[in-house]
Amino acid sequence: MNIYDFKSLTDSIHTSLSVNLSPSAVTIIEFIIIAFAFMMLFTLLGLILVYAERKIAAFFQLRLGPMRVGKWGIAQTAADAIKLILKEPLVTKNADKFLFNLAPFIIILSTFMALGAMPFAKGLHALDFDIGILYLTAVSSLGVIGILIAGWSSDNKYSLIGAMRSGAQVVSYELSVGLSLLTVVVLAGSLQFSEIIASQEAGWWIFRGHIPALIAFTIFMIAGTAETNRGPFDLPEAESELTAGFHTEYSGLKFAFFFLAEFVNMFIIAGIGATVFLGGWMPFHIGNWEGFNRIMDFIPSLFWFFGKVAFLIFLMMWFKWTFPRLRIDQLLRLEWKYLLPINLVNILFMAFIVLMGWHF
Amino acid sequence: MGSALVLIFAIMSVTSRKLLRAAIYLLFVLIGVAIFYLVLDYMFLAAVQIVVYMGGIVVLFIFSILLTSHLSEKLQVVKPLEFIIAALVSLIGAGVALSVISTHTFKPVVADSPEITVFEIGTQLLSYGKYGYVLPFEVISVLLLAAMIAAIVIAKREKKPES
Repeated sequence: MNIYDFKSLTDSIHTSLSVNLSPSAVTIIEFIIIAFAFMMLFTLLGLILVYAERKIAAFFQLRLGPMRVGKWGIAQTAADAIKLILKEPLVTKNADKFLFNLAPFIIILSTFMALGAMPFAKGLHALDFDIGILYLTAVSSLGVIGILIAGWSSDNKYSLIGAMRSGAQVVSYELSVGLSLLTVVVLAGSLQFSEIIASQEAGWWIFRGHIPALIAFTIFMIAGTAETNRGPFDLPEAESELTAGFHTEYSGLKFAFFFLAEFVNMFIIAGIGATVFLGGWMPFHIGNWEGFNRIMDFIPSLFWFFGKVAFLIFLMMWFKWTFPRLRIDQLLRLEWKYLLPINLVNILFMAFIVLMGWHF
Repeated sequence: MGSALVLIFAIMSVTSRKLLRAAIYLLFVLIGVAIFYLVLDYMFLAAVQIVVYMGGIVVLFIFSILLTSHLSEKLQVVKPLEFIIAALVSLIGAGVALSVISTHTFKPVVADSPEITVFEIGTQLLSYGKYGYVLPFEVISVLLLAAMIAAIVIAKREKKPES
């Protein structure tokens, strides 16, 4: 078992606060601490992922990427963030101002709510609902409303087309994400994240679930990439045809919200993938190799989780810079004619395997 | 406070003259209902409320609004007579509901009802024993299938004259 447990840390914070404060005050202070931690995480993730994206893009295109600001351009994204904050927030003349300003907040809200359910490490888990995966799919489906409103209220043809494409795309690919996650729920027998992770103590589901788990993982990565509106599925913001799609008219901080939400959504998809298929914070174990497993146990669970997430994010960036963008009809055909039927058959197959007890 | 928010947004959604804003206020109303479920500790229903109503129905509304109307469009103000009739009907409805609620005596629920897990809901939904829901479940799935086929048929019929 893993030797590092964040439960002791959170418990010690709780007891030290409870010494001379009333229970309600303790709850409020803990809320504030958690909110602060998540906001820090949000901004940090944004900064790091944007930098990583630019560096990886450069790597794939045989360039150096940002190099000027700081050593190897490390401070580049921080400088960009300061620039974005200082920019003037423009609103187009005929825009529906209320909805125009509301849209970024809806998107950021859904991202935040989804981030809250991430199991980061052993005992480091803000929301551990009984309905974990259902909650995540529910919350992440709110983001598309923000995109649709943004496109409609900015009174711009490009924005409108971008929003429509995005709506069609997200609504259809949501099905595949949900179904591929269900395949593993069949295996794990629970929707709760902590139990899904606990069920993978003997081995990650991607290894133990035979072929159906592999198929489900592949579909999950494809559909997840599509759900975050990233290339090769980035039609909603196809630069060459739609300038910037649904956020064409946004500037300054509001644009930063959309931008951040996209990157954090990528983190969330990678996080779900790592949790459900790759064992979350569970270390990598090989059968009976006691010594090897011991060494793996010494790596803290936080590193395991972020390592897996980083690997999946790299995979998604690899997609983006390798494949050309799809056309809208190709995109919808891929989902409705290939991924969804494969997924449905796959779930039946998986249920059969679980019933017969063929999985490890 | 939650119910006040729901009421305010419901009224705003009805009185708004912009179609999309009305849809967004409706979204807030539905979020308020989901919060009620959360407060009642009924996680599953809250999540289903969010998935079905916000992720499904409101998105469908917004999508159809995007396809059919333009930003500058405004709904007509209702005529006074229609307004009065609608107000009367809604008042009568509210009166009936209130009178029923105030006269009905609610049996006290068990003090600490055990938390309902998804596992229990799933087994209950598909059990054919006592209090099992397998028959309604199957009937609804057949109904949905019929609706889906009907939708496909309607969509296909429109395309024929073009080709």
